[in-house]
Amino acid sequence: MGSRASTLLREEEIEEIKKETGFSHSQITRLYSRFTSLDKGENGTLSREDFQRIPELAINPLGDRIINAFFPEGEDQVNFRGFMRTLAHFRPIEDNEKNKDPSGTEPLNSRTNKLLFAFRLYDLDRDDKISRDELLQVLRMMVGVNISDEQLGSIADRTIQEADQNGDNSISFNEFIKVLEKVDVEQKMSIRFLH
Amino acid sequence: LQLEVGIERVTFRSKGGNCSHCVCVYDGSMEQEIGELRRCRPKSLAGGEFTLSDIFYFSRKGIESIVEDEVTQRFSSEELASWNLLTRTNNNFHYISLRLTVIWGLGVAIRYCILLPLRITLAAIGLSWLVIGTTLVGLLPSSRMKNWLSELVHLMCYRICARALSATIHYHNKENKPRKGGICVANHTSPIDVVILANDGCYAMVGQVHGGLMGVLQRSMVKSCPHVWFERSEMKDRHLVTTRLRNHVADKEKLPILIFPEGTCINNTSVMMFKKGSFEIGGRIYPVTIKYDPQFGDAFWNSGKYNMVSYLLRMMTSWAIVCNVWYLPAVERQEGEDAVHFANRVKSAIARQGGLEDLSWDGGLKRAKVKDTYKEQQQKKYSSMIVGEDSSD
Repeated sequence: MGSRASTLLREEEIEEIKKETGFSHSQITRLYSRFTSLDKGENGTLSREDFQRIPELAINPLGDRIINAFFPEGEDQVNFRGFMRTLAHFRPIEDNEKNKDPSGTEPLNSRTNKLLFAFRLYDLDRDDKISRDELLQVLRMMVGVNISDEQLGSIADRTIQEADQNGDNSISFNEFIKVLEKVDVEQKMSIRFLH
Repeated sequence: LQLEVGIERVTFRSKGGNCSHCVCVYDGSMEQEIGELRRCRPKSLAGGEFTLSDIFYFSRKGIESIVEDEVTQRFSSEELASWNLLTRTNNNFHYISLRLTVIWGLGVAIRYCILLPLRITLAAIGLSWLVIGTTLVGLLPSSRMKNWLSELVHLMCYRICARALSATIHYHNKENKPRKGGICVANHTSPIDVVILANDGCYAMVGQVHGGLMGVLQRSMVKSCPHVWFERSEMKDRHLVTTRLRNHVADKEKLPILIFPEGTCINNTSVMMFKKGSFEIGGRIYPVTIKYDPQFGDAFWNSGKYNMVSYLLRMMTSWAIVCNVWYLPAVERQEGEDAVHFANRVKSAIARQGGLEDLSWDGGLKRAKVKDTYKEQQQKKYSSMIVGEDSSD
């Protein structure tokens, strides 16, 4: 029937999500509509298949990695809170947030957290390091069959060489941040959600 | 190249961006955006241009498509800007006022207790007259009289059925109405499209043989004038289908055939890929646009969610079905034009007339997975960016 959407989302929940993610009330209800429309099984959670049903995501070379970012370690279902928590990384940084007091917990959409999201796309085994092997695998996903192993290997080597500072032949999160310090992360890793 | 154009249309809506439901999408092309990301790097490496920041483009595009995508929204009913007093369209339900609830309750009483019985009666009359009338006409020998009577019977029945749905139809540009020996193509929203079009002219229907009530209708219809019904097994044989249709079209005395090239029901906000089969038959194509007004009732048939009977019940308990039908000028395939290009040309014309979005995505994505070739296209494009111009083909 028609009234599934926000009647199942209680006001308290909306408030909690608002505090945690920074989305507005109407944005949360809209995204809940979207969540329920993707939830074909109608059980309040999304599985990987639910995401793969989106054609534009299925043709994205890194589609599987992005889908994976929604699921915590070892789990196969994501509920609405988890969904919103991941999407919150892409909320634009508003001007009045930039000067918030540093004593509070860092918001999900801070520059560091946006970079952490991207870092985790590379870090396949979640050990907080991007090894040469992991970089190769992600590169292979992005280029398909169009580049030879040797060429891809040298690209990976060069990238690690440029970023690696402590000589362990892998990229840690801090090294990752350092390499990308001049990139406009705030704009490139943000989506303009309508109010 | 056709595939490339299709993808570009998907990711490249307009220069500045595109604001729709949830999200404002900035639509730069892959080269544009990754180029901007790379400009922040102090040096460019010889013989290879991968940077760690390239991943930002793909992750952002991915998240955008999770928040809102062009395709999946076409397979469910359109959301209305303001409520039309039907519970089914009330997705973000919250109690507004007592007065509104009373009016809504009154609406329910009128729709279910007064309109519904009347409509069911009319539908029953219309369908039984269709069966009886066409069988009677079928007894006559082939002659001009038979054709004339057949058209009369068909029109009468479809008009009764249209009344049964309280359908208000406005036909535009009637001078372009499909003529004999041609092919009429239209965008597809629901099985009711057939009733809408057949109210104004006679068509030869094309479709699969069904059992049950549909089967009875099909068998009796074909007695009075030739329609093209296929067995399920025959549908798989494309050559056979094309030949039969071609033979039908070649006979200038036969009614124009009615085809819905999308192959499935779409929610009337866009037109999706036209299957090229209908455009390989030859003959003149008469494009028709059907646009329903969602304010009075939602005509879209979500076949995954509702079966035929519950769908018809929903139709008969809406306020009305209001729609506009535009007959577009006939088109023919040009010299050297391939079927796919021709199909896209017709599709764009239909979309433009109805104010619908012109998509290249296949309506079959409602049930099937997207082909890997599209992903491979993206990968190829990205590869040529990393290794430079010398290896792009």
